[in-house]
Amino acid sequence: MTQMKKFLGKGTWTVSLVVLSLLSLVPFLWMISTSLKTRAEVFTYPPVFIPEVPQWDNYIQVFQAFPFARYALNTAFVTVTVTVFQTLTSAMAAYAFARLVFPGRDRLFLLYLGTLMIPGVVTLIPSYILMTDKFLGWIDTFAALIVPASLGGAFNTFLIRQFFLSLPRELEDAALIDGATPFQIFFRITLPLSKSILAIVSIFVFMGTWNSFLWPLLMMSTPEKQVLTVGLAAMQGRWNTRWPELMAGTLMSIAPIILLLILFQRYVEEGLSFTGIKT
Amino acid sequence: MAEATTQKMSFRMKHDIPYAILFLAPSLLGLIVFTLIPIIASLGLAFTDWNLLSPPEFVGLKNFVDIFTDEVLWISLGNTLKYAAMIVPGSTILALALALFLNREFPGIKLIRLFFMLPGVASLVAIAMVWRWLYNDQFGLINTGLRTVGLPAVGWLTTEEWVLPAIVIMLLWSGMGFDAMIYLAALRNIPRHLYEAAELDGANSWQRFWRITFPLLTPVHFYNLIIGLIGSFQVFDVIYVMTGGGPGFSSRVYAYHLFLQAFRRFNMGYASAMAWFLFLIILVLTLIQWRVLGRRVEYDYV
Repeated sequence: MTQMKKFLGKGTWTVSLVVLSLLSLVPFLWMISTSLKTRAEVFTYPPVFIPEVPQWDNYIQVFQAFPFARYALNTAFVTVTVTVFQTLTSAMAAYAFARLVFPGRDRLFLLYLGTLMIPGVVTLIPSYILMTDKFLGWIDTFAALIVPASLGGAFNTFLIRQFFLSLPRELEDAALIDGATPFQIFFRITLPLSKSILAIVSIFVFMGTWNSFLWPLLMMSTPEKQVLTVGLAAMQGRWNTRWPELMAGTLMSIAPIILLLILFQRYVEEGLSFTGIKT
Repeated sequence: MAEATTQKMSFRMKHDIPYAILFLAPSLLGLIVFTLIPIIASLGLAFTDWNLLSPPEFVGLKNFVDIFTDEVLWISLGNTLKYAAMIVPGSTILALALALFLNREFPGIKLIRLFFMLPGVASLVAIAMVWRWLYNDQFGLINTGLRTVGLPAVGWLTTEEWVLPAIVIMLLWSGMGFDAMIYLAALRNIPRHLYEAAELDGANSWQRFWRITFPLLTPVHFYNLIIGLIGSFQVFDVIYVMTGGGPGFSSRVYAYHLFLQAFRRFNMGYASAMAWFLFLIILVLTLIQWRVLGRRVEYDYV
């Protein structure tokens, strides 16, 4: 009897969980549905969920009216470059803090952590001015999107350092005695042992860069140099309520990042898990 | 012995210093040029009047005095506080509930977690686009649904009383999966024997939750409240895409007001002062949270 009750309870739980998760997908499903409708179908009552004839043309419209392929290419280029370099430079700094001995090491590390307390808006305006012709002259160039983001990140340095500290030292010490330089140890021993943390950090940098909006909005003015988020905002500005095309563009802009989540769900969950535990 | 260690240390130090410089060079360069110098420059700018065209002019405390007479700034700060008061507790409660809900194993649970996390990876611009459509007065799915069940339609983004709640609802939806994962990991870290012992002592599930689960999750509550508050004061993307701060000033938040001052009116000095004012507010609120919650944080469970 209790067995039966337990089983039923479990079943109810599972079913409600499935229903709830599908409910949370409704906005996405509605976006897909809208993206394939005619403009007339969008405004019918009661609403239809499955368009009579899928309007693939809406997707083509996006490419014809906007340099959408360029948006995508720009975003991919910036994101991949930033991901590779930010992860690498953060790992390098993390190695120095975790394994090398030099004066002022711990104080410098505290300085890195201290910068995390400063909200982004504080540095926004001077960073903008730094990019203008008065100083670097990087406005409307990809350097503005890539270079600052590629030179390490304090939080990632912290995360990777914690991981390095948890690695056993024996292998590295043995290599040191055999005359290996810290450079060789870092690339041949430490990094290969740290694939999981590097994957986690890369994925989060990737997501953050792919989705960033304000900085590229301020930096880029030529339409052909825009990234997807800024391009989407521009589409909305011009099309306002041409929902099928807008939804088609939106869907295409998030498809790669959703694919990333599907492929690397394990690392995303792991990354989120130690945000909570380690605080 | 101590001497030997010191000798070994200094040997390592001599050996390590060139490598330390090499390993730290890129990130240190970035830290100095793109973080430390801007922080110092921002402090300086806050005491100037500068539109980027004519040379900057030192104006002393004028910008900070102006903050107190800028009516729209106080409206936007009020909106930001209202927004924070809704989103911070809302997202914490929702995330905890969802995590409790997801904390079980059966075939397909991974897929369900994936479903909940999907909105968390999409850009806020994309989320805002979709929800602008869902919230559409006449043809949006939400109002259509309300009408179908006989409820009045709501001017989600077009009325002053609904625009902030509408944005909060959207962001609760988009953030809940990620936030729940943080709780879920912490839930799984709670040792089972605590529950078994409590069960033996006759504690029901309600008591087990309030006496064991909830207090042992305090570090996560703490993290959520602090990080959530800091983030909520900087909300920008969705306001830019969905409402432009309207209708009227009803969804103008602090970061959006700052953006307009800096990059539409080019009041660089005033906007810098605004940024520091915000920093102070965040700092004070964080310290208050720390004092109130900090002493209750339980890091160890044996």
